[in-house]
Amino acid sequence: MSYKIPMGPYHPALEEPYKLDLICEGETVIDAQLHIGFNFRGIEHLAETRNYIQVIALMERVCGICSNIHTLTLCNAMEGLTGLTPPPRAQYIRVIMAELERLHSHVLWAGIAAKLMGFKTMFMTCFELREKVMDVLQAISGNRVNYSMNRIGGVNRDITDPQSILRLVEALELEMGRTVIPIFTTSRTARSRCAGIGVLTTEKAVALGVVGPVARASGLPQDLRRAAPYAAYTEMDFDVPVQPAGDVTARLLVRALEIMESCKILRQALSKLPPGEIATEGEKFVFTTGTATARVEAPRGEVMYSVSWKEGSRNPARVHVRTPTFAVMPAIRWMVKGARLADTPLIQASIDPCYSCTDR
Amino acid sequence: MNLWNKLMCYSRRHSPWLFHMNGGSCNGCDIELIASLTPRYDAEQLGVRLEGSPRHADILCITGPVTHNAVNAIKTVYDQVCGPKAVVAIGSCPATTNVFIDSRTLDGPLNRHVPVDVFVPGCPPRPDAIIQGVAKAAEILAERAAKKLPIAPVVMPLVGPGCEGACPCAATTELKNEEVRA
Repeated sequence: MSYKIPMGPYHPALEEPYKLDLICEGETVIDAQLHIGFNFRGIEHLAETRNYIQVIALMERVCGICSNIHTLTLCNAMEGLTGLTPPPRAQYIRVIMAELERLHSHVLWAGIAAKLMGFKTMFMTCFELREKVMDVLQAISGNRVNYSMNRIGGVNRDITDPQSILRLVEALELEMGRTVIPIFTTSRTARSRCAGIGVLTTEKAVALGVVGPVARASGLPQDLRRAAPYAAYTEMDFDVPVQPAGDVTARLLVRALEIMESCKILRQALSKLPPGEIATEGEKFVFTTGTATARVEAPRGEVMYSVSWKEGSRNPARVHVRTPTFAVMPAIRWMVKGARLADTPLIQASIDPCYSCTDR
Repeated sequence: MNLWNKLMCYSRRHSPWLFHMNGGSCNGCDIELIASLTPRYDAEQLGVRLEGSPRHADILCITGPVTHNAVNAIKTVYDQVCGPKAVVAIGSCPATTNVFIDSRTLDGPLNRHVPVDVFVPGCPPRPDAIIQGVAKAAEILAERAAKKLPIAPVVMPLVGPGCEGACPCAATTELKNEEVRA
């Protein structure tokens, strides 16, 4: 006989409010239902009542983990409508911010995954390391979470001393390579807890249209930084890590390898930072009637913004957001089918869900 | 105050256990709350522990601008925390609903639903500020245990660089006027 176990919406294993109904037979999960909407703040509607400066501050607060990515995508879309092109230095600073954010997001995820494995020491180590990333972010932008770096046609703050930031990044890379990566890739505790659970096959991943690290862990080599480069990614040399296995270990490995790739991109961007303006200063711009779309590779996968504007208006006519978790979320159901009940918190966390982005 | 009460006050002040609740937040404050418990800031040296059940907790930490879906849960969880209890509102959202002001899916600010003892402003507040707020709440908790203390909200000062009135969230909240709606 099957029975239903509700998990959430306010549950210690969940960082955010959402509800997972697990239909179980004994200890085995046979089906799952996901309920979201507890964080619904109506941001897309609010965006229609804010002007082109306020909407950036509003969209930064869609998500508290990948806040920079949301403004970057919005600014890319708005630049498509106004015809402004950010100067090369701004493009490089955007890359640097996006990669630093990817670093802190992946380390944060590693910490939370470690906590769910019952590996509390690793959780503390990850968060200590994350503080070092936050130091770099704070040194550049002055803030720890909402950086407010992007604006239409450039960035708000310059990196005045790239060499000092470069030293911080090198120290960070050393630390990552010494502690977090070996523990997650070789530690028997971590491997035995993750191997073979929550499998998403390549066929299923294609059928569900998953994005980001989850797709790359199921053997799909898709990355917008490579497929549709934005900002200054055309000038960067990096690899896209792909793992074929599709289980939680594969997702762990993909993220661990991405941390190292991010450090590589950061080193290149900081050493090649071109001189010049950081924003199109004093240039007048008007919004043309129409819709512009921008896609960016966030730490969790592809973010898409579609911004519509009417000429002469100060407010957008419509801002549509498609977040990576929205694409990855349906995969949870296929991942937990047949899993043991005790593994489900780790499996659902392995997609790195962000329901506050998805609900908005 | 007898010896027993004195002991209880001392214990409560030195081991406040937290229950964290997300009332529709953007995750910014939630992650900063977790960051404040980790080695760099180490709130655990004050005896703070993040608990999984509201029945074990003394201090309720609420983040977010309180969405319609969260109101009932917040009230239920508030009732489940055993007395004496204190409520800390983390971030600008529970205090004023911040940039989400005017949203029709919100039912904030928080003090319309539960009595709040400490407001920690910031978008999000720095971990130092969160620890300061929790320490203040622990003090209130200890006093409340000894005598019936009326609820008078305390607003903590802003901590950290770049927040001397120049915070973008403060500016956006002020900019909410007829001019924008027109």
